[in-house]
Amino acid sequence: MIAQPATTPGGFLLVLAVLLPAAGTLFSFALGSRAAEKIALGLTPVGFFLACLVAMKVAAAGAPIAYAIGGLPPPLGIALRADGVSAVMMVTASIIVAAAAFYARAKFATPDGVEESRGALTFWIMIQAIWAALNLIFVGGDLFNLYVALELLTFAAVPLVCIDGRPETLAAALRYLLFALFGSVSYLLGVALLYGLYGTLDISLLAQRVGAAPMVWTAAALMTAGLLAKTALFPLHLWLPPAHANAPAAASAVLSGLVVKGSFFLALRLWFYVLPALPTAAPGAVLGALGALAVIFGSVLALRQARLKLLVAYSTVAQIGYLFFVFPLAAGAHVWSPLGWSGGVMQILAHAFAKAAMFLAAGLVAEALGHDRIAGFRGAARALPLTFLTLGLGGLSLMGLPPTGGFEAKWLMLRAAAASGQWIWSLPILGGGLLAGGYVYRILAPALADGEAAIQARPERSREAIALGLAVIALALAFAPQGFFDFLEIGRPFASGSAP
Amino acid sequence: MNPSLLAGLVGAALVGLGLYGLIAHPHPLRKLLAFNLVGSGVFLVFGVVARRGAAAGYAFDPVPQAMVITGIVVAFAASALAVALILRLAVAGGDVSLDPQASGRRDDGEAE
Repeated sequence: MIAQPATTPGGFLLVLAVLLPAAGTLFSFALGSRAAEKIALGLTPVGFFLACLVAMKVAAAGAPIAYAIGGLPPPLGIALRADGVSAVMMVTASIIVAAAAFYARAKFATPDGVEESRGALTFWIMIQAIWAALNLIFVGGDLFNLYVALELLTFAAVPLVCIDGRPETLAAALRYLLFALFGSVSYLLGVALLYGLYGTLDISLLAQRVGAAPMVWTAAALMTAGLLAKTALFPLHLWLPPAHANAPAAASAVLSGLVVKGSFFLALRLWFYVLPALPTAAPGAVLGALGALAVIFGSVLALRQARLKLLVAYSTVAQIGYLFFVFPLAAGAHVWSPLGWSGGVMQILAHAFAKAAMFLAAGLVAEALGHDRIAGFRGAARALPLTFLTLGLGGLSLMGLPPTGGFEAKWLMLRAAAASGQWIWSLPILGGGLLAGGYVYRILAPALADGEAAIQARPERSREAIALGLAVIALALAFAPQGFFDFLEIGRPFASGSAP
Repeated sequence: MNPSLLAGLVGAALVGLGLYGLIAHPHPLRKLLAFNLVGSGVFLVFGVVARRGAAAGYAFDPVPQAMVITGIVVAFAASALAVALILRLAVAGGDVSLDPQASGRRDDGEAE
């Protein structure tokens, strides 16, 4: 682990990246829904610019950039740190939040002549709150600070699920909240145990002190279980499909593309940054096996859904499973671990863009046809060519066909599995791709069949273009140069040249 | 038995009881109360940690106390959000069970 300098040049950018959407949230609350929309939309380019600036600083320094809040270095103070993965995640979050925000203008504009709109106010506030919480998760350097960020993320995500107030959405939101609350207390108990053992919660200080004591294993198990509940890894996925399928499309895109990645990112931080001293064979095998089960169950259930949004939501359950292969495939300091690491991060990015694109497209289909029953899609692709192109391209990435980010992720994981002799993980990786092909076919086959689709309302071209843009990014990830993967290695423990 | 050990054991018992309630009770309000029970247990454990003074050998470590205060605020906010959801659910549907079989309404895929 790299010794932590208190504050590096450019460290204040991290504070800005967190504070900007947080301030936007507060101002939106004070000024009402009409202003909230303007604030949220206005902040998106600024936030994107800030995230790019952070990435450039990290790339220029070749090392993580850090900021000690209040000038107090850890263990007394709290540090913010951004390494290569943090910077990439911040850029991803800003792009998807911006896409969802501009897409949502049609649905969540405050109508003329109306003083205040509850749904609009909730949406514009919560999307900024999610963004602030995600940025804090990506740069947080203190486990308790990260707990607070995780809670902020949950409290911002739950209202988005039940924004239209139908009873089934309220029940979905409540179930989501209860799973999340279990996750948060479990994580918090683990934090308490770690603090009791080592007297600090700073990630890099802990990494130097942690040893394989039984209490550390207990804390790691508690924190991991909590994070799995929030990430919706099988068998704790039950809350996800109703929550993500019932939310408005723009909210679903953010929830499925970004919010579940927030808690997964913390699981990465925990195992690769805080606990590199623990032997990883057993926990890696457990997490990988759960991931394999998630791939199989999620895909099979997706094959059986009658509604498009539920199908896409179950596909999220399956794709989350792939993320967890990173634990066996990137463990330790082997020659193949960078492959597994790159594959895992690439899967986060590819799924984030592809799934956000597919949810936005699914929302357009539901608005145009008045329903999202797959059986009623006959001829719809002729009426909505751009939207079904988006669904198809996103689907290609989920299947892992070249040239897409999903292919790149699975290819890297397969190479890591072969190089490390853990060929067993190649079975769910390849099998899941086949099953994904099945459920994407189920969407596209009826849509491409002959027939006359009854279009109730033609979606705006601009919204179709936003969804298509995200799908194109998921494709473009396949052409990521080697420099991108080198960038992801910045700050990774065990990365070349920074032995613990 | 010293006070720290007693507090630790009570904390563990509260966490255990709360987890049981969180899993076993179908009614969301009971689940919420069980969550608060787990939270209380975790805060007690933080108290024990503070008493032991893990950091720098202080007799009483103030940092875990600050964490407990933050944790209580977070748990309070979570409970308020959950109660608000349960109330809205009771008003909207009159049925607050999370049992999918008990729910009268079927989701038929109509767009909202």
